[in-house]
Amino acid sequence: MKRRTRTTALLAVLALACGLPATLAAQALRVPHTTFTLRNGLKVIVHEDHSVPIVTVNTWYHVGSGDERPGRTGFAHLFEHLMFMGSQHVPTGQFDQLLEAAGADNNGSTTEDRTNYFEDGPTNALPLMLYLDSDRMGFIMPELTPEKVDLQRGVVQNERRQSYENQPYGLAEENILRRLYPQGHAYSWPVIGSMADLSAATIEDVRDFSRTYYTSNNATMVVAGDVNPAAVRSLMERYFGEIRRGPAVTRNQPPAVNLEADVYATLEDRVQLPRVYNAWHSVRAFAPDDAALNVLSDVLASGKSSRLYRRMVYEMQIATQVTAYHDALKADGSFRVLSTARPGHDLNELQRVIDEEIRRVAETGPTPREVERIYNQNEASFLGRMERVGSFGGKADQLAFYDYFVGTPDYFQADLDRYRRVTPADVQRVAREYLQRHRVVLSVVPQGRPELAATQTGGAR
Amino acid sequence: MNRRVFALASLATVVSAAGLSAQGLDRTRPPALGPAPALRLPSVQTATLPNRLRLAVIEMHEVPVVDISIVIDAGAVADPADLPGLATFTANMLDEGAGRRSALEISEEADFLGASLGTTAGYDVASVFLHVPKRQLRPALDLMADVVLRPTFADSEIARQRELRRTAILQQRDQPVAMANTSFPAIIFGDQHPYGRPLGGNEASTAMLSRDQVSQLYQTYYRPEHARVLVVGDVTLAEAERLVSERFGAWENGPSVVARSRAAEPAARTVYLVDKPGAAQSVIRIGNVGVARSTEDYFPLQVLNTILGGSFTSRLNQNLRETHGYTYGANSQFVMRQSAGPFQAGSSVQSSKTDSALIEFMRELRRIRDEEVPQAELDKAKAYIALGLPGNFETTQGAAAQFRELLTYGLPLEYYDSYVQRINAVTAADVQRVARRYIDIDHLAIVVVGDRSQIEAGVRALNEGPISVRDMWGQEVR
Repeated sequence: MKRRTRTTALLAVLALACGLPATLAAQALRVPHTTFTLRNGLKVIVHEDHSVPIVTVNTWYHVGSGDERPGRTGFAHLFEHLMFMGSQHVPTGQFDQLLEAAGADNNGSTTEDRTNYFEDGPTNALPLMLYLDSDRMGFIMPELTPEKVDLQRGVVQNERRQSYENQPYGLAEENILRRLYPQGHAYSWPVIGSMADLSAATIEDVRDFSRTYYTSNNATMVVAGDVNPAAVRSLMERYFGEIRRGPAVTRNQPPAVNLEADVYATLEDRVQLPRVYNAWHSVRAFAPDDAALNVLSDVLASGKSSRLYRRMVYEMQIATQVTAYHDALKADGSFRVLSTARPGHDLNELQRVIDEEIRRVAETGPTPREVERIYNQNEASFLGRMERVGSFGGKADQLAFYDYFVGTPDYFQADLDRYRRVTPADVQRVAREYLQRHRVVLSVVPQGRPELAATQTGGAR
Repeated sequence: MNRRVFALASLATVVSAAGLSAQGLDRTRPPALGPAPALRLPSVQTATLPNRLRLAVIEMHEVPVVDISIVIDAGAVADPADLPGLATFTANMLDEGAGRRSALEISEEADFLGASLGTTAGYDVASVFLHVPKRQLRPALDLMADVVLRPTFADSEIARQRELRRTAILQQRDQPVAMANTSFPAIIFGDQHPYGRPLGGNEASTAMLSRDQVSQLYQTYYRPEHARVLVVGDVTLAEAERLVSERFGAWENGPSVVARSRAAEPAARTVYLVDKPGAAQSVIRIGNVGVARSTEDYFPLQVLNTILGGSFTSRLNQNLRETHGYTYGANSQFVMRQSAGPFQAGSSVQSSKTDSALIEFMRELRRIRDEEVPQAELDKAKAYIALGLPGNFETTQGAAAQFRELLTYGLPLEYYDSYVQRINAVTAADVQRVARRYIDIDHLAIVVVGDRSQIEAGVRALNEGPISVRDMWGQEVR
């Protein structure tokens, strides 16, 4: 069930969108909107799209797992679950019941940097959506009870079992993060958190968290679809106007960090085939080299004609798959390359080819056609994201994303322009600058087969 | 620009704050819903080419993209009994070399055009998909035509894909959900029915895949009279008809027959355990052979399933997740195909709660048969389905999925015009009738993939039926 999932992938997906060829340049991509801020600091963005009689409300609270403290990891996401459990005027269970009875869907997600909530449904459900969202923004406190925390703690622990512990390679990410970041760094733990920390969360933690972060002045709401901006404004005043502003919020701004040496580690798992993960520190989202790093990841592993896929999976047939991506968060980023060995092959073989291909890009750069191909792919995916107003990754979500990350909701064209400017030389430069630094190399191997792991000496650079 | 808008907004804020907000608002009850918006469905236009290839076009001009699906009656139902996986393998091979291009060149060209080109097969049909910016439609459609009409099936590519498939089958053992999804249909349909065989084949059938078999399946089933083309997006009917005729007008017909098999007779309710040592959760699938897409009970079944396990507030999810916290989610579905597909309820539950979760599953499956659903619950489910319908048509790919279903199952293209009305006509008595008819409580297969050493004693004590230990293919372990 795809519901109340955490989506770290979302930012990566959003950040992948890019590129616009000359022929389309004339019809610049625009998502027209109006913006206003209530006296309690709640910022509202309204976008009209009358193509289908539906409306979406997407609320971003500017808090994520990066705001947690050691010993309470997974807390932002646990709180997200509690936001659906009722508020002062909305008894437990009614949030979902009322929305479904109105033909509306809803969901939420938590990442390192933010937590969001949306409702999608027919236009006549808008007052109901705003009523429900305002009640949980302004009146949740009396309904935060130890029983609800215990129940959702159980649900979240099962989410962790389902999505991580019972998945092959599912514990790789947390093993990478705690080696990539220093102890205590806000990005050193996964959004889902640890079982022990989830068990330790108390009702007092929950109430403090709500008072600190779930305030009108720490949120941005997007209302989009078949709506009239004046009517939206009056509804927003009606439902949110009486909510009192909270204390000013200061986010931890985790520092960018670097590794002093390569870190090799091995994890034994219930898997048939060994897989190697490489992680390098890179740059935060929208930093000057972010776009070029995204293009680099596609040169390496997007599509069958990408360099690593072609060599490792297609020609040499030593790997079953290879993936590369730039995971750019709000304060820092990392570049990842991972690949799974075929039966009879070990991870040092894979590492040798990965390193060879990275060196080749760093020495001679990609071809102009490779960069153009990636640009065209990105343009197409960008157009695809213009088709939908709601849900994760729809126009409303993207307006909130751009607003939070770059301060301009309609940053679509500007985002495309970043990719338009990426040259083969840029890609070559970022390969040299970021992928020839120290890295974390995590090998996940079948239980009892540590000899299949990548080693510092075996994966010669 | 924003500054001016902001100034206006501030002014309005003052006005409406004085008039509407604060003390004026009664929060004790939710706002009444106004009238729901009228349903506006995109209209479908059709054409048939001289070679009997059928074309349906839905114009959507908001975004300059076009989505094309070609649906062909070449699904896994046609696989020989000893060669499961042939249909999906054949579909997979279409873009591994076609026309003058190699596998890598096809991929590179599609990427270069900004196109997504994909091939797949299910039990009933094989499909080729193209999604592309309008300005690259022509060259992308050329590529698609090569893939559909001129696949090369080179031996070297067959061998390459066969090896990839072999490792994918090996890796299924890592995934308890994949193990459940393979063993459950094998158990309820039996291996004499195509729906009981794995779509992606097994080790033995994969080893036998060859160019001859792939070519033979292709020659038999990939024919225009067994194909439908669906075009959705920024094109007109005339334009689409011309583009499709130019490329698919010379596609020739041949003879073909699709054989049908029967599902195995259901056993009395039995619990099947598939061992997955060390599993953190048990993956549960409970069900029986359900109904075909052509069923006259489609609408009551949609309502039934929404209430039982098809929405967040459904009984299974509320019970297992929101009341007990045994799981991250529980659901149910009637998978409808040309022939009766599976009905299945399922979840991943923490291992220590496997028996408790099964008690709740059985309680809900019995309750929805034994008791008429309350009116409010019925109304909520009907509204959720009916009012949610317009959102399914928002994107080109969403609309394509809706109409592809009609084309796949030979349903009239006006089907959605009466959809809401037919959902609204469903009564509580209808729901109970179809629950009793299609949830075969005495012959349910209860499949649990989990750590047998942790769960077997508890499951046995439930006395819901004899215990049978199976492997991931659904075969008895001795």
